[in-house]
Amino acid sequence: MKVHEYQAKEIFKKYGIMTPKEKMCRTVEEVAAAAQEIGIPCVIKAQVMVGGRGKAGGIKLAKDEKEVKQHAENILGMEIKGIPVKKVLVSEAVDIGSEAYLGIVVDRTEKKTVIMACKEGGVEIEEIARQKPEAIYKVYADSLMGLMPHKAREVGLFLYQDPKVAFECASITSKLYRLFIDLDSSLAEINPLVVDKSGRLIALDAKINFDDNGLFRHPDVESMRDRESEDENELTAREQDLSYVRLTGSIGCVVNGAGLAMATMDLVKHFGGEPANFLDIGGSSSPEKVMNALRILLKDKNVRVIFFNIFGGITRCDDVAMGILEAKKTLNITQPIVTRLTGTNEDKAMEILKEAGLIFAKTMDEGAQKAIALLK
Amino acid sequence: MSIFVDKDTRLLVQGITGRDGSFHTTQMVKYGTNVVAGVTPGRGGLKVEGVPVFNSVAESVKKTDANTSVIFVPAKFAPDAIYESADAGIKLIICISEGIPAIEMVKVVAYVKDKGCRLIGPNSPGVVSAGEAKVGILPGHIFKKGSVGVVSRSGTLTYEIVDHITKSGLGQSTCLGIGGDPVIGTKFIECLELFAKDKDTEAVVLVGEIGGRDEQDTAVYVKQHFRKSVFGFIAGKTAPPGKRMGHAGAIIAGTAGTAAEKIKAFEENGIKVGETPADVARLVKEHLG
Repeated sequence: MKVHEYQAKEIFKKYGIMTPKEKMCRTVEEVAAAAQEIGIPCVIKAQVMVGGRGKAGGIKLAKDEKEVKQHAENILGMEIKGIPVKKVLVSEAVDIGSEAYLGIVVDRTEKKTVIMACKEGGVEIEEIARQKPEAIYKVYADSLMGLMPHKAREVGLFLYQDPKVAFECASITSKLYRLFIDLDSSLAEINPLVVDKSGRLIALDAKINFDDNGLFRHPDVESMRDRESEDENELTAREQDLSYVRLTGSIGCVVNGAGLAMATMDLVKHFGGEPANFLDIGGSSSPEKVMNALRILLKDKNVRVIFFNIFGGITRCDDVAMGILEAKKTLNITQPIVTRLTGTNEDKAMEILKEAGLIFAKTMDEGAQKAIALLK
Repeated sequence: MSIFVDKDTRLLVQGITGRDGSFHTTQMVKYGTNVVAGVTPGRGGLKVEGVPVFNSVAESVKKTDANTSVIFVPAKFAPDAIYESADAGIKLIICISEGIPAIEMVKVVAYVKDKGCRLIGPNSPGVVSAGEAKVGILPGHIFKKGSVGVVSRSGTLTYEIVDHITKSGLGQSTCLGIGGDPVIGTKFIECLELFAKDKDTEAVVLVGEIGGRDEQDTAVYVKQHFRKSVFGFIAGKTAPPGKRMGHAGAIIAGTAGTAAEKIKAFEENGIKVGETPADVARLVKEHLG
């Protein structure tokens, strides 16, 4: 789960990491009032959860009242990578001395938490990782002991020569690590971390992503979710314990298991079709879950054929069949349904479905090909 | 021969009285696995499918000499279940539970390493050594004893591929799912190290997916150290970046961890990649005859 910059900065403040004076606004009027309060010049920043806001014109410095209004109007109306900007952050214009990068992630290869520091801030870290990986300094936290103070100092001393600034940076590093662990983050990033003209260390930007698997123990984090910025179907799916990702094709896929669901999408593409979605109904799938899955799929108006690909293990094919039958009766399904059901209780499933007017396939290859043929 | 589990496995089921735990205990016993004990704190004294239930792992090990544990408890309690097994001296822990936070897994992995035990998973479908033992939730009927090893990051996709291998007339030595999470106990390379020493394994199929760089690292290892034939399949060619595709670990971060990148790494290092699940089995069949 992702949150906006202004939300991440609220968390930073709670942990004692200094951020610029700023306020989140939804209208031009609010921006004008906030600018008065914070002081002009100020910076107006689009609040969307995608990278490249600056390049898209979503971050502007306003030097007088007229510019404040002008930028607010422009930014609040624009779309960045297809996402409409509904909120902006009005932020104090900081006198920047130097910019650095500080971030924390779980390193999957090392199976450890890693602190990454780079003397070049403001650039996307991935870009640096690709072009000059040696510029990124990595410090690993001990998995059982946590981040010891000397490790945090190592980060500070790498980034800054002035010991006073370096130790302040060490303190920020420790605070960032604490919030990363406390909140089950998957990424906590300050980019850029700036030293202003009076020598203060300020988090000019903030990014925190959260591990979905940790959300159950952080209701406060879950309540920060911006439901407006997420796909409605994906939200509904999550609440019903289904994994769904919307794509742009016309073949709706219903599959058990994430790996097989991806392989099914790939197979549709392989035979010349376009998948409409990723949808994993999970392991122990009941008829209700199948019904819910179909309800979500039917909301996507691009779906012209539905393709069930089920390899029964814990999932029982007869459960899935009952769900399909019930859905055929109660939901208004006009699209043809191709089913491939194999494994646990597949005979029972065929018995249930034989009168249901479906198209059957013995293998997933055959199913994908039949689904594609129906489009023509 | 086989790897991880075999006829000598003395299995302990943690969470044996739960819905999944009891159902799969029945399936594992049916397959012929030597299930010697179950643990559910507070339910000691019961029996499930004739298997005695204990209150703690330590007690069950003392009474039954269990040497392998499989975990079916909810994610919330799974880390402690792993710690309990490690503390009781269990050397192989297979965790089926899905949904453990990655930060918790960082601690778990460090802890079990200190204790000198091996963890497979979490979010693993389990391990099957064909004809010897089945630990976890993989459906037993699709396996046939043979010489192909299978290591995978997923569950049902593995069944699909195993089924094709079996239908082509070949069989499997050991087949396992290492788990779909970002931080897991055992990765591809560690499985290959064991397959290298297993006399009965002639070829290995690696089933990878988007996210991380385990496949890329494994490809380099195969070229440098692994002398048996390796085949591969990667799921998620059509997955969009930045979206979690079901598994917590199946996510393309920025431009890293794509299927194209992994397929390229496989092919550059001598691993033949199947375009579809059926295709992988066909490649293995052509090679082994």
